[in-house]
Amino acid sequence: MNSDYLVNLLIILISAAFINNVILSQFLGICPFLGISNKIKSAVGMGLAVMFVITTASILCSLVFQYILDPMNLQYLQTIVFIIVIAALVQLVEMVIKKFSPTLYDALGVYLPLITTNCAVLGVALLNVDKGFDLVESIVNGFASALGFTIAIVLMAGIRERMEHNDIPETFKGFPITLVTATLMAMAFYGFAGLV
Amino acid sequence: MNKYLERLTNGLFKENPTFVLMLGMCPTLAVTVSATNGLGMGLSTAVVLVASNVIIAALRKFIPNTVRMPYFIVVVASMVTIVQLLLQAYVPEVNESLGIYIPLIVVNCIIFGRVEAYAAKNKVGLSLFDGIGMGLGFTIALVIIGSFRELLGAGTIFNYRVMPESYEPIAMFVKPPGAFLVLAVLTALQNKFRLPSATNKKDKVSQLTCGGDCLNCNDREKAERKED
Repeated sequence: MNSDYLVNLLIILISAAFINNVILSQFLGICPFLGISNKIKSAVGMGLAVMFVITTASILCSLVFQYILDPMNLQYLQTIVFIIVIAALVQLVEMVIKKFSPTLYDALGVYLPLITTNCAVLGVALLNVDKGFDLVESIVNGFASALGFTIAIVLMAGIRERMEHNDIPETFKGFPITLVTATLMAMAFYGFAGLV
Repeated sequence: MNKYLERLTNGLFKENPTFVLMLGMCPTLAVTVSATNGLGMGLSTAVVLVASNVIIAALRKFIPNTVRMPYFIVVVASMVTIVQLLLQAYVPEVNESLGIYIPLIVVNCIIFGRVEAYAAKNKVGLSLFDGIGMGLGFTIALVIIGSFRELLGAGTIFNYRVMPESYEPIAMFVKPPGAFLVLAVLTALQNKFRLPSATNKKDKVSQLTCGGDCLNCNDREKAERKED
């Protein structure tokens, strides 16, 4: 590994976590972002579960693409294969955690079924292929995207916990004010554009 | 014939997937930077939805209940792949501008919601019209939101100049923050005028699997788990 490669990895890390934040600039995983961001504790739980699943899914999908689909010229099957790999992975993770660590299952278990249909997982796996990342780059991109997801959802939960005691106009209560908060966060994250 | 017509109006107005059920928020926010993109995304999703609905409805008696989800995933993913290949072949520019959001139709909850809640229990004909209604409802919603953002953000609709030359476009509306803002104002207006929407819980809980209530999704999931 030469230093150019490491710099390249660092650029992937920063652009995936901040500049192209999965939620605030690519709109992947909006449902959990709006749904599980009312308490910091559950936001952290969801973030950790997503980090684990996205990183693992990036590794598996990258391996499947590079060693099975690409050599056999079956690239067009990637959507079908990836979604099956992700669904199986989430099932497996749920079973393993349930069996070996009930405490961890209590903390993360509720979020796992929600993750299969979280478009961030499939989206990141597809982006890895789209951008022609190799295995290490895919892992870094997957981890960084999930980190970006966690940052966004935890920040949102922190703001919403404080907002509970604020006097919000009746019309804006609930969904609208959450989206206005997301607007302001997206504007702030837009400032990272041009960083790399 | 009336019940077929009822399915169409149900998808277009009564249970419009975007405005009323608030489903599929990811593509709604992501691709509505222009009316053209909204139309492309809406029609692609509609085709996938109609095809999946028909196939699942036709196979509903042969699919074992316990493993229905993997079946649904494979059928929907196959339809998405077909649509993507067709787009690549005939309208490559649409495919280019929609990017990964085309394969991501697989995880659009409108599709799974309809397949699970409707097509798996109803006849082929009705499922076909349900798919058309829901698909067109989604398409129209995306075109409306897309036109609005394009109008404010670029001064055009479908690339035709609508605003006078002196109009200074507010570029933010075609950037990510604009998507959140437009949806925030839309849902606030729905609250204000008490229009039926999943976000103000004025209408009955939908028959869809997730009910489209993103905001309380976590609580509901926990409640369901406790019942199990």
